[in-house]
Amino acid sequence: MIRDGEDSFKTVGTPTLQKNVKISCRNVNVFYGTKQAIKDLSVDIADKEVTAFIGPSGCGKSTFLRCFNRMNDTIKCCTVTGEIIIDNENVYDKKVDPVLLRARIGMVFQKPNPFPKSIYQNVAYGPSIHGLAKNRAELDDIVIESLEKAGLFEEVKDQLNHPGTSLSGGQQQRLCIARAISVQPELILMDEPCSALDPIATGKIEELIDELRQNYTIIIVTHSMQQAARVSQRTAFFHLGSLIEVGNTNKIFINPEHKLTQDYITGRYG
Amino acid sequence: MNRTGLQTKESNARLNLIKAGLKKRYFKERVFRFFGMVAILTALAMLAILFVSITGKGYTAFEQTFVRLDITFDTEMIDPENTGAKDVHSKGDYGGIVKKSLRQMFPDVKDRRQKRDLYSLASSGAAFQLRKMVLSDPSIIGTTQTIWVPTDDDVDMLMKGHIKVESGVSGRIKPYKLEWIHSLKDRGALEKRFNRALFTSGDSREPELAGIWGAVVGSLYTMMVTLLLSFPLGVATAVYLEEFAPQNMWTDIIEVNINNLAAVPSIVFGLLGLAVFLNFFGLPRSAPMVGGLVLSLMTLPTIIIASRASLKSVPPSIREGALGVGASKMQAVTHHVLPLAMPGMLTGTIIGMARALGETAPLLMIGMVAFIVDIPTGIFDIATVLPVQIYLWADSPERAFVERTSAAIIMLLAFLLLMNAAAVVLRNKFEKRW
Repeated sequence: MIRDGEDSFKTVGTPTLQKNVKISCRNVNVFYGTKQAIKDLSVDIADKEVTAFIGPSGCGKSTFLRCFNRMNDTIKCCTVTGEIIIDNENVYDKKVDPVLLRARIGMVFQKPNPFPKSIYQNVAYGPSIHGLAKNRAELDDIVIESLEKAGLFEEVKDQLNHPGTSLSGGQQQRLCIARAISVQPELILMDEPCSALDPIATGKIEELIDELRQNYTIIIVTHSMQQAARVSQRTAFFHLGSLIEVGNTNKIFINPEHKLTQDYITGRYG
Repeated sequence: MNRTGLQTKESNARLNLIKAGLKKRYFKERVFRFFGMVAILTALAMLAILFVSITGKGYTAFEQTFVRLDITFDTEMIDPENTGAKDVHSKGDYGGIVKKSLRQMFPDVKDRRQKRDLYSLASSGAAFQLRKMVLSDPSIIGTTQTIWVPTDDDVDMLMKGHIKVESGVSGRIKPYKLEWIHSLKDRGALEKRFNRALFTSGDSREPELAGIWGAVVGSLYTMMVTLLLSFPLGVATAVYLEEFAPQNMWTDIIEVNINNLAAVPSIVFGLLGLAVFLNFFGLPRSAPMVGGLVLSLMTLPTIIIASRASLKSVPPSIREGALGVGASKMQAVTHHVLPLAMPGMLTGTIIGMARALGETAPLLMIGMVAFIVDIPTGIFDIATVLPVQIYLWADSPERAFVERTSAAIIMLLAFLLLMNAAAVVLRNKFEKRW
């Protein structure tokens, strides 16, 4: 086991994969002004799997997540260096259009943030701005399909015209997931999607994530180690902007290589 | 046992300490509440005094004394050659007809000076009224009709009790004129009626003919120009600065300048308008167009500041949600942020417009203070506005303008009330929770 010392912040485990790679990140650095939030991070994300990012608050896992769809662009003093290659294309290449990128990568946020519009409009928004539906009937189909996939349709089928904000917190979050999958993304980013939800709603979302894994690559940031253990196939542990350890979830939770990982998952700090 | 006793004692002492402090805290709260109530009551009292004094002075202006005259539309005086032509009719001696009718009512009056006083019983507007009747219906020429015409403002003031005759000499109303008035009253030929002229005419030298409609229309045109210029410009500026502009020295300078502009005295904007719009661009003087331009300059900073505050209050999660599904920045703003910020923007705009509606000083500089009788028909016509009309009337020496000034103030306040009510309604209608 690696203990504190010279090489303690070098990534251990299996950061690189031989096959089935969806995203490969190489030497990613993120700065907020002069403060470095992500330090020289390299990792591969597997296709059609759930990868969980865990770590104490302020370790940079959300910041790193927001690099994938260039959400950090909206923060004024934020700069990103290095490569994030999704399907042979560097996300930070000048030729890449962030709007197109975000159409390929769905995102679910920490706090449910449905638009203050009807449930239908919430889900239909993405497909309609991208022109994915030729007519109203097709749009209806997309909305219903997305709501079904998000496990929400049965609950809201009679109130599609009610405001999305009138739903309960868990329903709102599933509405946000429906909104994210309505544009058929390849990758879904989830930034602590259950932190504002009660255990029952959390359970529903976790089931949903497990189902979505069939069709989508999912990266989930979570504070709950049980959640990471339940839903993910691979887990990455972050600490102070560095990726400490990454590997199969089972291995990380049962037999971590790094002292910091072990301390964190056993609750000794964090 | 001993320990618990000690603990209880300690905790009792602590509770007493808190209790003693609590009294002080509640006392402070009561004092604060008292001062708050005093402040609100004072404000309400001032408002009540304002309303009572203005309506008390102004309500009489909604009535005007009329005198009943038996008018003979004498063919000799209107159309002696019986041409039937409109331009001949419009040149008829209608003043003479009115005078003749008054002479018939008081046949004893022979003295020239007394005759002149007799003629002054009826308003000089009576002649215009007769001409209008003839022009709209020439068949009445040659007939005799009973017509109510407005009296002169002196008679009106006397009837309303604003001129006290009992208290001694009144220079304006001579004893024999007073007798005529009493005689008319006894005959039932004097009557107070609703003052339509106040709402339908433009300004006039004669108080009984003066109305605020010209000023109202001028105000509406000016406000229209102001709104059409300042709302889109202000909102666009706010959206650009808040959502798109990079944060650098230049935007900081712009922000400081906008905040400063909001505090610039309005007369300075008037001078600017005079120098730029009138002298440099050669736009017409006294026009609602120029008034609107000047008031836009004045209102813009208010709208920009209110709109930016309103944009800032839209939670960033809404923007992120829109960007997250692949909306472009512009789409995120127009589809989601702007609708949420709109109530605040509208409130800011209406508050700015209400300020502009009540503004006098900058309009004095661009000539909207002129004496204008005609009702403006477009934004390039000469016009005046409500507050300037109030200023003009308040400056007039005739006693009858005092009540008309108050009446105009009532109208202005009604307009402001309407606008503020609209702001509340709009805000409630568009406000959404998230």
